[in-house]
Amino acid sequence: MVDLKDFTENYAPAPEGVEHVKLKDSYHLFINGEFQKPTSGKTMTTINPATEEKLAEVAFADEQDVNAAVKSARDAYTNIWSKLPQKERGKYIYRIARAIQERSREFAIIESLDGGKPIRESRDVDIPLAAAHFFYNAGWADKLEYAFPGRKANALGVAGQIIPWNFPLLMAAWKIAPALACGNTVVLKPAETTPLTALKLAELFQDIDLPPGVVNIVTGDGSTGSNLVSHPDVNKVAFTGSTAVGKSIKKTLAGTSKRYTLELGGKAAHIIFEDAALDQAVEGIVNGIFFNQGHVCCAGSRLYVQEGIQDELLAKLKSRMESLIIGDPLDKNTDIGAINSKNQLDKIQELTFSGKDQGGEIYQSDSCSLPEKGYWFHPTLITNVSQSHRVVQEEIFGPVLAIQSFRTVEEAIEKANNTPYGLSGGVWTDKGAKLFKITKKIRAGVMWANTFNKFDPASPFGGYKESGVGREGGLHGLYPYVELI
Amino acid sequence: MNSHILNFYTTPIVDEIGVKERVARLNSRSVKKQSKMAALHLALSMIDLTTLEGMDTPGKVIQLCQKAKYLHAPFSDLPMVAAICVYPTLVKTAKQELEGTAIAVASVATGFPSGQTDLQSRLAEITYAIEEGADEVDMVISRGKFLAGEYESVFEEIARAKEICGKVHLKVILETAELTTLDQVRRASEIAISAGADFIKTSTGKAKTGATQPVTLVMLETIRDHHLKTGEKIGMKPAGGISDSKTAIRYLVMVKETLGVEWLTPKLFRFGASSLANDVLMQIAKQKGGAYQSADYFSKG
Amino acid sequence: MNNRLNIAKTYKLYIDGKFVRSESGRFEALQINEDSVVVNICRASRKDFRNAVSSSRKAVDGWWARTAYNRSQILYRIAETMDGRKEQFLEELQCCGMKTKAAEKEFETAVDRFVYYAGWADKFQQLFSTVNPVSSSHFNFSLPENQGVIAIMAPISSPLTGLVSLIAPAICAGNTVVCLTSGNASLAGITLAEALHASDVPAGVVNLLTGIESELAPHFASHLDVNGIVYGGSDSHISKQIEVDAAENLKRVKIFLNGDWSDEAIHSPYDILQHCEIKTTWHPIGT
Repeated sequence: MVDLKDFTENYAPAPEGVEHVKLKDSYHLFINGEFQKPTSGKTMTTINPATEEKLAEVAFADEQDVNAAVKSARDAYTNIWSKLPQKERGKYIYRIARAIQERSREFAIIESLDGGKPIRESRDVDIPLAAAHFFYNAGWADKLEYAFPGRKANALGVAGQIIPWNFPLLMAAWKIAPALACGNTVVLKPAETTPLTALKLAELFQDIDLPPGVVNIVTGDGSTGSNLVSHPDVNKVAFTGSTAVGKSIKKTLAGTSKRYTLELGGKAAHIIFEDAALDQAVEGIVNGIFFNQGHVCCAGSRLYVQEGIQDELLAKLKSRMESLIIGDPLDKNTDIGAINSKNQLDKIQELTFSGKDQGGEIYQSDSCSLPEKGYWFHPTLITNVSQSHRVVQEEIFGPVLAIQSFRTVEEAIEKANNTPYGLSGGVWTDKGAKLFKITKKIRAGVMWANTFNKFDPASPFGGYKESGVGREGGLHGLYPYVELI
Repeated sequence: MNSHILNFYTTPIVDEIGVKERVARLNSRSVKKQSKMAALHLALSMIDLTTLEGMDTPGKVIQLCQKAKYLHAPFSDLPMVAAICVYPTLVKTAKQELEGTAIAVASVATGFPSGQTDLQSRLAEITYAIEEGADEVDMVISRGKFLAGEYESVFEEIARAKEICGKVHLKVILETAELTTLDQVRRASEIAISAGADFIKTSTGKAKTGATQPVTLVMLETIRDHHLKTGEKIGMKPAGGISDSKTAIRYLVMVKETLGVEWLTPKLFRFGASSLANDVLMQIAKQKGGAYQSADYFSKG
Repeated sequence: MNNRLNIAKTYKLYIDGKFVRSESGRFEALQINEDSVVVNICRASRKDFRNAVSSSRKAVDGWWARTAYNRSQILYRIAETMDGRKEQFLEELQCCGMKTKAAEKEFETAVDRFVYYAGWADKFQQLFSTVNPVSSSHFNFSLPENQGVIAIMAPISSPLTGLVSLIAPAICAGNTVVCLTSGNASLAGITLAEALHASDVPAGVVNLLTGIESELAPHFASHLDVNGIVYGGSDSHISKQIEVDAAENLKRVKIFLNGDWSDEAIHSPYDILQHCEIKTTWHPIGT
């Protein structure tokens, strides 16, 4: 007998099959086109944050290993990559794009296993966008003379790139693709908790015959990154991560001629006017703060709602949160996966509780119970807060939204800009003139108007103020990888 | 009737791209195994089996009614479809053929499909359909008047229709393909609901396009907002072009995640469709037996 | 013999559109020629700098809100006003030890540079803007905006051209600036401030301090309400420390150690871009 509740109450589990995914027990460093054991023999364990189970052992790169990787990149730059005709460089990058598309399912599954993000996102966002970044930048390789009027663009040399754990493969693509297109070679340091897709990318580089040393991948922790940043033969440092680390990198680079780009933290204001398309705004809010468990530097973590619609909007938002499905990242219906690490979970909890301590009201949907093992956090709204609350000032990097109201356009702008960050912002209104006033007045590098959290390889991304230096993506994303003469 | 103070010039804004993104996200739901089986059964129970052709005859309608009664003999645990939907002159035939079943007879009326005749004739058609035995009336609105901004007039024709219908269920067809924008769909939905519609329905099946997911989502959201304000539950009927199970399930997901479980009943949700039933039956057979099916094994209505 | 006594000029700081003495009351005596003529210039303190930053902060929104065409006209107006004060500039440049020819070149290059950037003020945006073909139904464009308040430490080696080469692209991009000139370069610097004052440049758009580089550099670099810093001097220890201190609020840093300011190739619209942030805006295309 068919029970209608099988549909009306919950969807049956729809796990993505993992049978064809090939993961090795241990991974070495990818230097000079080969997987090499770390000189120290030290390894780290990477786990699945949804189950706390071990996925693989990964090599730990110390200073000697970083030196070897930089030397390999330098040799490849001098002997191979800089001598290759530009269009041939482009063809290698196209090959990478195609190979990622071909293996997209495997990449998506590993991304979700290693990082905890829902398969719906790794499958529909991370991996397709990663391929798109290679595809977009590939075409620039032999067209740089048209990108910079009146100037000639020269490669910088060796780029040292450090990427975070929230979009592991996508960040690798953001960094590697323009670097290669502009003629540089790369040493990439993936995040400690999410090294696997970068290492699968290394396997892909071997398979498509990318010349040895053009991209080297060294896994490790902060010390590995630090060795890379301070290596004298690195010409360019690209870092995505916390503002604190970004500042210390900038200090390290003082007095050197190394170029740098920094993509750092954010605390984006998301402003909803009473004349907005409210149901779509609710989607924008949900996408803005709950996408990737809120582990997004440009997340819309400060919501400002015009007073007259606050109750209606909050009712809609809460009702929408009832349909969010939290759980197994590999289930195709999961909306919100696991928090990336124990550390991050602790931080989210600490900040959320501070919100409560400072008088904030916490709302969490109880539509879903959380799994017992692994790291999880309910989607959370905090109301009754003000600009002076920590949850309004500090980046939480989790699914936690601080909500305030406003009355006038000026007040909205003032509150939005009342932060040392300036990465992104959002505004919803049906009135074009007001919309452009807000997008112009908010000091942030990316403004989403009547939409939120959209990304594209053709679209420059990067912050004002303490959110970073430089842009990635689009034509503007080429500047950091060339010297104009 | 003219004393209402509703203002249809300031209905909520709808952003087309945002709606389409939401639909895409809802479409990424994976409904498999027992969930799929449940959804298929639910879909079947929500179908208004429809024939609305100039060439319809009593014989054709009798065939359709028999299909409604005996959907697929090999399966004994299937639900009944919700209704048969025909032109007014064929209501009596359908009613006779379905006597003793729970299957309702719905009649289109009010100058279907264009609505381009005088209001008295259109309303008289409702009276006629009800006299012939119709349990439900599917009326069309005057799109011409709506597009000319005569919202009061559209409100009034629906209100008058509802007056005549009394307890007979009134479904109001907006013909959304002719309204052209989602803002207009939202506005027309609000007019219909406030004028007394029991159901709002997307399409006649005679325009260039029938039901679409974005249009349906906007209508569902209007129904939800009305429910939040008044506690009233208005029904929804997408019609035209929904012919396969996969699409039908996507509609059900939209209903479930927009309005909730309470709307997952034929009392509040219908599919206006002619060929959907057999596709759902084939899918049920596939779920039961594991083999892909052939249309040769399923009777035509 | 002329019995008339010369009237000596008093050199003051230029803060918020006013010529003021240092709040510290300090001064520096400059020997400006072989006859041991001494000029007292103000030795700006960190509080003078603070006041100047407040002024620049207050002015920045208004300056940025003006039309590009208007900024262009004001930059051109500066060139006009400077040209009318040629004699004074030349005299002061010679106080820095420049020969007549060199002083003339220094002056002319500086004036021409304002003309050059005046022309860019309403054009560089078109050069550096993009409409980005994103793969969704969105209109997406990127364009340069100002950075805010820029602190500038001008070179002594090129009292006028160096100073102008640093100020012009920064204000052309819609920023406001606080500049420091030092030593004998201060004289031409203050006269430039007088020209700016007479050229429709709104108060606070350019603030000019005279003082000692090594004393003020840490304050320039560490002030949290300064968005960018340019070092045009010649001391690599100072420039390195600036980079370290500037990290605290991630100021945009540009170092020109021993730049050759007379070189025509040194200036380009890319110098304006240095003082810009790129903002990208998304909007759906639909109904």
